[in-house]
Amino acid sequence: MSGIEFCFERKQDGFQLHAEATLPGIGVTALFGASGSGKTSLLRCIAGLDQAENGHLTVNGECWQDSSRGLFVPPHRRALGYVFQEAALFPHLRVRANLEYGWRRTPGRERKGNLNHICDILGIGELLQRYPSQLSGGEKQRVALGRALLNSPQLLLMDEPMAALDRPRKAEIMPYLERLHAEADIPILYVTHDLEELARIADHLVLIEQGRILKQGPLAEMFASIDLPIAKDENAGAIIQTRITRHDDGYHLTHLQFCGGEILVSRIERATGEPLNIRIHARDVSLALQPPGESSILNVVQAVVTDILDQGAGRIMVRLDAGGAPLLARITHKSQSRLGLQIGTAVYAQIKSVALSI
Amino acid sequence: MESADISALWVTLRLAFITTLILLLLGTPLAWWLSQTQSRFKTVVETVVALPLVLPPTVLGFYLLIALAPGGIIGGMTTHGLAFSFTGLVIGSALYSLPFVVQPLQNAFRSINPLNLQAASTLRASPLDRFFSIVVPLSRPGFITAATLGFAHTVGEFGVVLMIGGNIPGETQVLSIAIYDHVEALEYTQAHWLSGGLLLFSFIILFLVYRQNSRWPH
Repeated sequence: MSGIEFCFERKQDGFQLHAEATLPGIGVTALFGASGSGKTSLLRCIAGLDQAENGHLTVNGECWQDSSRGLFVPPHRRALGYVFQEAALFPHLRVRANLEYGWRRTPGRERKGNLNHICDILGIGELLQRYPSQLSGGEKQRVALGRALLNSPQLLLMDEPMAALDRPRKAEIMPYLERLHAEADIPILYVTHDLEELARIADHLVLIEQGRILKQGPLAEMFASIDLPIAKDENAGAIIQTRITRHDDGYHLTHLQFCGGEILVSRIERATGEPLNIRIHARDVSLALQPPGESSILNVVQAVVTDILDQGAGRIMVRLDAGGAPLLARITHKSQSRLGLQIGTAVYAQIKSVALSI
Repeated sequence: MESADISALWVTLRLAFITTLILLLLGTPLAWWLSQTQSRFKTVVETVVALPLVLPPTVLGFYLLIALAPGGIIGGMTTHGLAFSFTGLVIGSALYSLPFVVQPLQNAFRSINPLNLQAASTLRASPLDRFFSIVVPLSRPGFITAATLGFAHTVGEFGVVLMIGGNIPGETQVLSIAIYDHVEALEYTQAHWLSGGLLLFSFIILFLVYRQNSRWPH
């Protein structure tokens, strides 16, 4: 039986967690919610760091908790990796000993991966002889991730691993996370409250609100809805699957084909024919009823309005269908009235910028 | 030095060494429990542990004398009681020096980031494994302070020993009592030698502890 199946009920300090779901047994699942929504509580219950009074947890067929039978496997007997918000490296051990801490305690037949490979993936081979106090924030987090991976986990849990880092440090870690996503053969649960971050590494999205699971689904599907809390986020926007058709070296552009037409982006160093997911922020899409005339905007696609939602404060979210691909546009209430936008209206969507997704 | 003084020195060192060893063995789990528990008995236990800091040693000595006597709570378990014996002295010293060992350990344990222990638990370390692989090395300065203070305080003990020791040369006569005897007998030269020696010893021990702790990076 594949998947992560859980049901937790826990009351603590006036906060109530009541979460029940079955999550995919492979790929990266993001747990998204505002701070205080219970994302971390849920993750700690899954790790066994906190014990839900009423709980049940099965990870890819292995039962870790079943309070109806009085079963609770303590964290040290669960094959998991946990990356904390602050790296929580052992200050008295060098990087190598930190990395090997879980590895040494894993029975030989259960061991997966090896130190050299992990050091290569995470770029920490040079740091082995250092103490944690001699590392930068980004390096610490990479070592913490390596330590968790060398524990040969069957489930990797990451609790906002980048929250304590500044923007350049985040940018430094991101490629490693993307690589991890490509290489990992275990399910990864990733807690975050940053939509940008999860758009780059998650396959599946779980929305958490007030200790409950509001909704879950494949990332693209969730990002294309306009009635979920994420649609109110500044960074809301749809994900579109494309394929690289050609590179234009003269203008330093790459042509991407999707079901609703073609999109040009700054040159991407990837082979033609490769699939590529892109994300178009709702704030970067403007709408017109006529084909726009001369403009600096390269990308204009034809679409039909499929849904309109008033988000308050004069802001309107419009969901479009561009030849089968979803597109979100955030416009003002005034623009909506002026254009007379309704469900079924045909529009030209001008796309100001494109972000890469996974 | 007279042979009586040498045997007093030997009894003192033996007493301090054994007491420190026992205190580290018993004090470590006690300090760990105190640093982690949310039990309502915690405050009571902490108070009891701290009592020797404020009680006149004669009070502790008096109750110990009664407890160690042939019919007492502790002495009753033996044939002749434990008062005026080396074993009795060890029990008395252990109680008397308890806070000097438990408090530094408790402080050291309390300052360990619980995240480190949680991280270790997600890395397959059992509670006992976590204690020895994380808590003990991170508490090294605490252990050094506890051991040294426990040892030095036992060496400097007077009142309790006076009450329950009986001043038997080679068995229960310790340095501090020997000094007292010399002064009583107006043997100031011997008193000077022993007092000066203890003064120097105490200074060096404390100096080493403070130096060690200021060097420790964490």
